[in-house]
Amino acid sequence: MKLFKIRGGVHPDDRKQLAAGQQIENLPMPALLHIPLQQHIGAPASPAVRRGQMVAKGDLLANGQGMISAPVHAPTSGRIMGVGSYPAHHASGLSVPTITLKPDGEDRWADHIQGVADPFALQPEEVASRVAAAGVVGLGGATFPAAVKLNLRKKYRLHTLVINGAECEPYLTCDDRLMRERSADVLDGIRIMAHALGVERIVIGIENNKPEAQAAMAVVASEFPGIRIARLPTRYPMGSEKHLVQTLTGRETPARGLTADIGVVVHNPATAFAVHEALRYGYPLVSRVVTVSGKAISEPRNVRIPLGTRVQDILDYCGGFKVEPDRLISGGPMMGQPLPSTRVPMVKGSNGILALTAEETNVQEAMPCIRCASCVHACPCGLVPLEMAAHIRVGDLEGAVGRGLMDCIGCGSCAYACPSHIPLVQFFNYAKGEMAARGRAKQKQAETKRLAEQRTERMEALKKAKREAMAKRKLEMAAKKKAEAEQQAAAAAAPKVESAPADAKAPAETEA
Amino acid sequence: MKHRDPKLLVQPGPLLKQPLTTSMAMRDVLIALAPATLAGIWMFGLGALLVLLASIAGAMLTEWTFLPEDKRRDQLANGSALVTGLLLGLTLPPALPLWMAFLGGTVSIGLGKIIWGGLGYNLFNPALVGRAFLLAAFPVAMTTWSAQTGSTDFFQVAASNLAAPLMHLDYDGVTSATPLGLMKFQQQSTALWDLVIGKTSGCIGETSGLLLILGGLYLAFRRDLDWRIPVSILITVAAFASLLFLIDPDRYPGPLFSVFSGGLLIGAFYMASDPVTSPLTPKGAWIFGIGIGLLVMLIRVFGGFPEGVMYAILLMNAATPLIDRYTQPRVFGKGLKSPQGGHQ
Repeated sequence: MKLFKIRGGVHPDDRKQLAAGQQIENLPMPALLHIPLQQHIGAPASPAVRRGQMVAKGDLLANGQGMISAPVHAPTSGRIMGVGSYPAHHASGLSVPTITLKPDGEDRWADHIQGVADPFALQPEEVASRVAAAGVVGLGGATFPAAVKLNLRKKYRLHTLVINGAECEPYLTCDDRLMRERSADVLDGIRIMAHALGVERIVIGIENNKPEAQAAMAVVASEFPGIRIARLPTRYPMGSEKHLVQTLTGRETPARGLTADIGVVVHNPATAFAVHEALRYGYPLVSRVVTVSGKAISEPRNVRIPLGTRVQDILDYCGGFKVEPDRLISGGPMMGQPLPSTRVPMVKGSNGILALTAEETNVQEAMPCIRCASCVHACPCGLVPLEMAAHIRVGDLEGAVGRGLMDCIGCGSCAYACPSHIPLVQFFNYAKGEMAARGRAKQKQAETKRLAEQRTERMEALKKAKREAMAKRKLEMAAKKKAEAEQQAAAAAAPKVESAPADAKAPAETEA
Repeated sequence: MKHRDPKLLVQPGPLLKQPLTTSMAMRDVLIALAPATLAGIWMFGLGALLVLLASIAGAMLTEWTFLPEDKRRDQLANGSALVTGLLLGLTLPPALPLWMAFLGGTVSIGLGKIIWGGLGYNLFNPALVGRAFLLAAFPVAMTTWSAQTGSTDFFQVAASNLAAPLMHLDYDGVTSATPLGLMKFQQQSTALWDLVIGKTSGCIGETSGLLLILGGLYLAFRRDLDWRIPVSILITVAAFASLLFLIDPDRYPGPLFSVFSGGLLIGAFYMASDPVTSPLTPKGAWIFGIGIGLLVMLIRVFGGFPEGVMYAILLMNAATPLIDRYTQPRVFGKGLKSPQGGHQ
């Protein structure tokens, strides 16, 4: 398959060999699960269970709310211990609404769980609604509700489904293992998604550092004529959706647009697997495969975990720490989230738990920028990171936006390449967050202004009405007075006429 | 259940870093310059070594003086002042009084770097700022070239080297014009092989073309410099010289002479390619290099000086922000309209 060149990118040591050889294992059910209500992009789900209630595996725990949201299901059967809050799967470690479930050890599926014999006979809308009901979100890490993406055909003319099996983040091997071990199921999910999207063409992109996954997928795909395997060069960030599409089609997605703008929808192989399970068996998304790796981990592994498992339970299963780690990351080392604690629960988007030693990260004290342009060459988006950072450093965020800050995908290639070890991504994240806050503040201000203006207008109108009423009353009063006065005058006029000659006489008298 | 968390650093990614550091780049420059430096000392004797040391001392002392106390160690250790001092020294005449070399080092760092805000913020190449200052302040001393001492007189230090500050200069040694001087004022060419191996008079480090190219190739191999800059400079100079040579072979030197004579090689490989003062993008690098090449030839052929590398680089340094502005890379997806316009 002909591939096209993308700009920039870097070649970090992929270190996938740590976990790539480990077969996917099922984690023994932990003693307690903490299931956050927000495990996706969009509005958090609203709880549908009460404390003390018994639930079966796959029962609905919380309903999705609004257009972009996803429901949350029980990862196993057991008793709801509470609907409260628990530290989030996030660098801040702040508490978020979470349902705590105590497994009863039976792991019994709910009775209503039922699959579809032939998903291809279903209408596309029906497939999408089943995917939505199963709570499937993008499992590559972005956690965008999968059904919303399947419904893109309503708005866009689509022609290709791209499966993003690049897995360009170092260390991570969960998609690799899934494609190797469950290739037929993954492919089935892919075909169901293609059916829902109404596209004929399917391209499965897999980086060249995963030859086994390429071979396994090629074997199962050979039966279907419309499916092609693209052997992608190993280069970070090949898994960036827009860059992957450019590599495969040679076409650039418009800035801040969607790949659907050029007729392509991108999904992750793990999402495809979840779609397969949701349609064929009716299983909602209650578990996922996680890579546990890094040089501080005793036994790096690929583990299928129930959602809501604490990081500590997974680490215990993998033999704990070999040495004290310097960093604990959820996801890959390039774009992953640093975790503040091992207590936090795993969510739908967590594809890896990495415990890295200081030697692995090689993070050093930042030096002054010498304008070596390494970051300019590394940026896949054609930005000039060093100039954006210079603007942000002096507080000129608008200047940074003018230089393309909002087109930055935050891949970290620039910071990886920087020989002065300047934390460029932090600059950009700060500026993006600050700009978003300013946007909100501005909106609030505009709204306040609008309301205030409306109020003044209302008050003015009220005052005016009052004034007018007063004026009217005054006028009426005046008219009334006048009328009365006239009446009085009229009444007084009669005797006046009589005395008039006397009056007329008087001046004559004075004259005389 | 209570448990203790390991001590974790919570800092956003990327948590992987490529192994190169800025200090390593500086070290590479020193390694690349070592052969030409040693050859210069060997050819011009102990006096040349003293000039180099004086200029390095001036540079490092100034850096140390102006840096905040807590940053002194790190900044001096990264070697940027050392590189500047060495580069300045290599572009000085071997018989220059030591105090001038020291002053040059001071000006290089003080006016060339510190005043702009330190490493990475300067507009002009610091070593060349120092050299331009010396040439303007001491035109005679800066253009009096001693002949090579050879191995016999290695330990003889010229009297002018040791002259006291602001005293009259006394040149005792044999002086001789540089190849470019000979060409410009006496229409006399120099054998190419002498130029290549550096058996000519000139600045301490600029004579041996071969060793400079070797060092430059090392830097390009280590990716410490953008190869486009030296390549475009050399190609432009060679092309310009070829053109003139074709027009009048008696009056103008050939392309090889133009490339190997004077400070072109040290300028192209070690000064023009200084990342701080050169453009960021490949397109910018080509414009920058071609600009330097053209200016070098214009000054050499039509100007009053026999050599113009220094001014050519400084002039193009000044143009760098402008070049950067007009050679920005294209932002991904910019200017593309959604072809399907979203709704159908």
